[in-house]
Amino acid sequence: MDLGALFGSFDNFLSFTIGGLVFGAIYALIALGYTMVYGVLQLINFAHSEVFMYGTFAVAWTFIFLHGTESASWSLGKALPILLVALVAAMVMSAAIALLIERFAYRPLIKKGAPKLIALISAIGASFALAEAMGLRDRFAGWVGLKDDLADYVAPDKARDVFSNPVTIEPHKLFELGGYGVTDVDLVIIAAALLMMVGLDQLIRRTRLGRGIRATAQDPESAALMGVNSTRVVQLTFLIGGLMAGAAATLYMMKIGSTRQNAGFILGVKAFTAAVMGGIGNLRGALLGGLVLGVMENWGAAVFGSEWRDVVAFVLLVLILLVRPSGILGESLGKARA
Amino acid sequence: MIRSSRARRVAITLAASALVLTACGSDSDGGSDKTNDAASGDGGTSELCGKNLAFLGALTGDAGALGQNMVGGIELALKEYNDKNADCQIGLKKFDSQGSPDTAPGLATQIVNDDTIFGLIGPGFSGESLATGKTFFEAGLPSISPSATNVTITQQGWTTWHRVIGNDDAQGTADAKYLTDNGAAKVFVIDDGQDYSKGLAGTVKEALGDALVDSDQISVGQTDMSAVVTKVQASGADAVFYGGYYTEAGLLAKALRQGGFKGTFMSGDGSEDPNFVKVAGAAAAEGAVLSAPAGPPPADFGATGLYATQSYDAANIFLAALDDGASSPEEINDFIGSYSGDGVSGPIAFDENGDITESKIYAYFVKDGKLDVDNPQAIE
Repeated sequence: MDLGALFGSFDNFLSFTIGGLVFGAIYALIALGYTMVYGVLQLINFAHSEVFMYGTFAVAWTFIFLHGTESASWSLGKALPILLVALVAAMVMSAAIALLIERFAYRPLIKKGAPKLIALISAIGASFALAEAMGLRDRFAGWVGLKDDLADYVAPDKARDVFSNPVTIEPHKLFELGGYGVTDVDLVIIAAALLMMVGLDQLIRRTRLGRGIRATAQDPESAALMGVNSTRVVQLTFLIGGLMAGAAATLYMMKIGSTRQNAGFILGVKAFTAAVMGGIGNLRGALLGGLVLGVMENWGAAVFGSEWRDVVAFVLLVLILLVRPSGILGESLGKARA
Repeated sequence: MIRSSRARRVAITLAASALVLTACGSDSDGGSDKTNDAASGDGGTSELCGKNLAFLGALTGDAGALGQNMVGGIELALKEYNDKNADCQIGLKKFDSQGSPDTAPGLATQIVNDDTIFGLIGPGFSGESLATGKTFFEAGLPSISPSATNVTITQQGWTTWHRVIGNDDAQGTADAKYLTDNGAAKVFVIDDGQDYSKGLAGTVKEALGDALVDSDQISVGQTDMSAVVTKVQASGADAVFYGGYYTEAGLLAKALRQGGFKGTFMSGDGSEDPNFVKVAGAAAAEGAVLSAPAGPPPADFGATGLYATQSYDAANIFLAALDDGASSPEEINDFIGSYSGDGVSGPIAFDENGDITESKIYAYFVKDGKLDVDNPQAIE
């Protein structure tokens, strides 16, 4: 154990913390998808990690389509136009995948009144199917005779390998905080995540649409009796989760720049953890859980070594749940005040 | 080479399907077998004339290109030999394992049961070597691998197993030497916790001695490198060595540069892949040093790619055994054990474990946004 690594210098402490906040913000945006679906359906949508993963590919594809495959290094300002298009593409892609999951993996089961456990298995199945489909995209392209035309996008024979955005977005240091140079990319990620969270929170609390979601979460039958179309509400929930995952995918690609067909798995587990930590079914809890998890991972890595980061994060999760079994904020979507 | 433990994770349940795949694999190879098969073995100086060498390694799949390089080298050697010896034609049978330790054992059984095969060039990678070594050893079939570098393979007591390439220990020692020779006084060593990576990073740490400033371990699939970057910066390191594969290596190099790290970034053969540059981005990858226990072929060499020279040399050792009058796998094995000569990849002789006694490790550089595979520098 090396407490000195973390607390020995204030500069390092800040550096570990800000680094954790950046990733925590991404966790939080993905966690929204888990928490919203849980709030409304009391289901864990394990396929949500793939919703995110398809978004990351949409970002890389957009850059390849609009820029080409030539390797380049751009500042955030120069990349901004394509980045905005990529954001839209990723949000559309992720939302489409989320709706697809809802339509084929959930709705038939919910209609038949299947137990929650069955829907969970269905979600895991959908997750595998989607991840493997991405890994086999070169074959699909081959079936329709587009393997060569789409070679830049499907990576023939290397579809399962890491897939990179040809454009690297170079962060620029804006100011020093402690010894840590806070970059424009870091700031955009944290700010964008916070903004989207606030926006979504307001949407759920203040609009008619949000009231429908809250009503369905609280008591689906009564909500239906009061004229809320529950199928539409469930669809909307998946749609919003997908849009947020698409935004998370764009921010992730801004920072990391590479993805692969199984990239959703680890981030999905982390985001799910963040959702549980903050109180599953609770939007503000998802944000808090994501940020806490991101920071704790980095502090854990600092004190014990990077190989312990996950151990530290999950031990913390267990400790939090022991003290507060419903998570830090612990309030469900349905109980949120109007 | 590398690529062992990832595929390892596939459960044993796959073994059965591997056997089925095996049958398919060799069927589809059947066409090429026939064309490569020597004419029926009549006449010739050695009893082994008209028989075949086997190649076992990845010909398709993620690492298929490497196996193709190897076959190119072997076929070149056979062509030269067959052109010279009209009365003693040697063929090549290719077995495609896709580099997988799950597929290779079934193919190994096929190879040892084929009595027209008197020697094996391969297996290509370390994982499949460990999975098949016992089968070949018990059948007494001599083998020379052009590319499997894991240290433990030659510690199993398989007296028929040889390699014409330096192992991971040789590479780690050379990598440490390269760093200190180039002025690195504080090296931060990172690995990803896998067997290959830990082995290589461990040797580097040991060889660095006082020049090691600190170390850390990340995990496969990790993308957030901010904690380890902070540690590197806090340690004041002037060089980073990473033991692992190109994806994490690329992400690490990128995060280090973006975090303001100015020193040398070095990694081993697991990272020596054009994808390293793609993941890191051209700017962050620039100047990175990636070592590999294989050099580029001489200018007038008739085959191309990494491991082509080693494969050519391995085939030539078998052919030299024929010229020496060896007429059985045992005699060939004895010949290989006492062999010493100069191959196109360098001087070749084996120690009692089957390891090459003298190996050269090369440093490859990322230059102008590309991994420059043609101009490596030998680490002396």
